[in-house]
Amino acid sequence: MRRGLLVLGLLAAALPLQADDRRSSFLDMSPATQAMQRDDSLNPGMLWVLQGAQAWSQPAATGGPSCAGCHGEATQSMRGVAARYPAFDAALGRPVDLGQRIAACQQRVQPGAADAEAGLALQAYVAHQSRGLPIAPPDDARLQAPRERGQQLWTRRLGQLDLACSDCHEALAGRRLGGSPIPQGHPTGYPIYRLEWQGLGTLQRRLRACLTGVRAEPFAADAPEWVELALYLAWRARGMPLETPGVRP
Amino acid sequence: MAGLARRQLLAAAGGLWLLRPVQATPESLNAALRDFSGGAPLREGRVQLDIAPLVDNGNTVPVSVAVPGVPAEQVLALALFTERNPQSEVVRVQFGPRAGERTMATRMRLATSQQLVAVARLADGSCWMQRVDVIVTLSACLE
Amino acid sequence: MARTLITLPAAVRRDAVFQVRTLLQHPMESGFRVGADGRVLPRDIVRRFRCLYNGELVIEAELSPAIAANPFIEFSVRAVDSGSLLFEWTGDQGFAQREQRPLVVA
Repeated sequence: MRRGLLVLGLLAAALPLQADDRRSSFLDMSPATQAMQRDDSLNPGMLWVLQGAQAWSQPAATGGPSCAGCHGEATQSMRGVAARYPAFDAALGRPVDLGQRIAACQQRVQPGAADAEAGLALQAYVAHQSRGLPIAPPDDARLQAPRERGQQLWTRRLGQLDLACSDCHEALAGRRLGGSPIPQGHPTGYPIYRLEWQGLGTLQRRLRACLTGVRAEPFAADAPEWVELALYLAWRARGMPLETPGVRP
Repeated sequence: MAGLARRQLLAAAGGLWLLRPVQATPESLNAALRDFSGGAPLREGRVQLDIAPLVDNGNTVPVSVAVPGVPAEQVLALALFTERNPQSEVVRVQFGPRAGERTMATRMRLATSQQLVAVARLADGSCWMQRVDVIVTLSACLE
Repeated sequence: MARTLITLPAAVRRDAVFQVRTLLQHPMESGFRVGADGRVLPRDIVRRFRCLYNGELVIEAELSPAIAANPFIEFSVRAVDSGSLLFEWTGDQGFAQREQRPLVVA
């Protein structure tokens, strides 16, 4: 089995998905779960989007301005933003994902007010403003090296199961693992409402579950590897439309 | 690390939300059915229980119950029971004078592959039911 | 206050039958899960949901731990007069939430 996977893995590493082969994992779900995502009156992720909408207009408890105070109407100012993340943050001197960018803004402008729950809701709200827009990684030379490290992570064997992401999510995508279809792994819906979590979560949380799945020690919470992987995944999914909030099993 | 291993083991046991070795039994299911029906005999039919035969994830499963073909004001209450969850009860619904069609839809947890029973109690005291078998597989890559 | 998402038509014709969808942000802790310390997390669920239409009952539901988190309940209402729909959720730990929505019946 492992030798077979090794052979497939080597082949898969040499054959990344072609642009027209790509499918969102939305298509791998049952009609009932697809309906749950498609309809905003059924989508539990919208509870977080609503929460984020309210947090957007709320001045910080510590007296700083609300997000709206600087950024105005999110439906206009945030349109297309999530599609361009992860992006290079000049102030921090490194690439950041959307959640980190929001947290950094909160810390600068609303010191002491940032909390993880509000941050997640804001992330859902901001990413929702890019729903339907194509994932558009920025053409920024500073992102190239981190993105390449992300690609190396994607094809590196990890964990006790000694599997690389590409082993399953390239050549074996569309097949089944224990009854569940193996997706191609495009980050088109994040933050997603995952039925398994019965809650909303980020790409980082989902990738953490992937690492646990191959019995690998997950990277530290603030490790650069998460963003490097996210950078590669965004580039791999470029042009695919964002679905936030996605619903996934 | 120990916590992680234990969660994976428990996840393999059939869903993170159920960890105590408690399970509905045929007796507890029958007791719940009798409690809802008030002792009236349960007849198969008239109730429509809609659920996917193979669910994406047992933690959140859309399910709906309807009683088509029976005049609305004759349907007093609906209930849903399971065979193999920790408890037999899922939901009971009572309709008031302002209810429209006698239907309800919700999302439930299924601990494992099993049979669901939907029951309707009518104004004439009769009770009708439908049973559906559902297959639940475990998600891959759990935390 | 927990977040809710309630969907119903803004206006309906008299005697029409229409659907109402409700979503409530709530963990519905089943009482069967064990925390990281090895102790059972106590049950914390919504136990009852009611919808009243101009004070009269539409539907009353008894929920159990088998209802998924962020409970979704969809049901049908018959339109009579304009007025409002009242939604009530009550449960463990003294949980109580009410929402009201206007209904225009033409």
